[in-house]
Amino acid sequence: MINLTINGASRSFPAALNVAELIEQLGYTGKRIALERNGAIVPRSTYATVQLADGDKLEVVVAVGGG
Amino acid sequence: MNDNLIIAGKTYSSRLLVGTGKYKDFTETRAALDASGAQIVTVAIRRTNLGQNANEPNLLDAVPMSKFTYLPNTAGCYTADDAVRTLRLARELLDGHSLVKLEVLGDPQSLYPNVIETLAAAKTLVAEGFQVMVYTSDDPIIAKQLEDIGCVAIMPLASLIGSGMGILNPWNLQLIMDRVSVPVIVDAGVGTASDAAIAMELGCAGVLMNTAIAGAKNPVLMASAMNKAVQAGREAFLAGRMPKKLYSATPSSPTTGMIAKI
Repeated sequence: MINLTINGASRSFPAALNVAELIEQLGYTGKRIALERNGAIVPRSTYATVQLADGDKLEVVVAVGGG
Repeated sequence: MNDNLIIAGKTYSSRLLVGTGKYKDFTETRAALDASGAQIVTVAIRRTNLGQNANEPNLLDAVPMSKFTYLPNTAGCYTADDAVRTLRLARELLDGHSLVKLEVLGDPQSLYPNVIETLAAAKTLVAEGFQVMVYTSDDPIIAKQLEDIGCVAIMPLASLIGSGMGILNPWNLQLIMDRVSVPVIVDAGVGTASDAAIAMELGCAGVLMNTAIAGAKNPVLMASAMNKAVQAGREAFLAGRMPKKLYSATPSSPTTGMIAKI
């Protein structure tokens, strides 16, 4: 089991997973999002190859209305 | 008349830049943007709501990137580090789009910019290849330093964000325009159409606003008013206004050919 902090909230996952699998579980597959892992950008092209580790801190963002 | 705004080598026919926040819904957002004639629109970068329906309507559907130039901002950031991280995320989110609006705030009550953090963030972002349009105070020395760092537009406040107080210090805006050669765009403080016109009459290259439109009773009508005000102010600036004087001995009507006194 691994624990991740996603957008400030703690989440547990039964098995190790990569970024593409996480995005699928969150329901964001095909959506325009950007993801930061422990302060560094994870490029979209590498989602399937970046393996997440216990304790990783992730930020998942979108564009919203703003001034 | 060919009078375009050029930012980082790209040409825009509209000198009004608008925000996309605080609207009732995306339909109103889009209607206001269309009425404003704006081509560059600011957007914020925020965390997704985990657990919420991922298929909810989103800004990108209502305001397509194919029709508008997105200007992702760093609203809400109080440190250079947060601002830089936010814009790296924005660049990834928007397929490598590098034109950004940097703003680093200093105080949650006033939303006054923190120019020390702003300078630090600008240095990092320019080094990383971002084209930085920077929100700052109306300090001409800081404005010049931001230009020297490589920012592509200097965007001083006219008054505080969301205040609608208008152009409080036209003299400082003039000092900035006299010192920097990149476009100077008034960002924040505009309350109504005349404020936008005054900014343009002073010689500013453009005006950026959000609350003045979204906070109006009829946002779409105000967007139309701002569109006209920015154009009118620009034309008045280019035309060159008549000099002010306390009184004039030359009336506009002929002084000869008057009918005789009875």
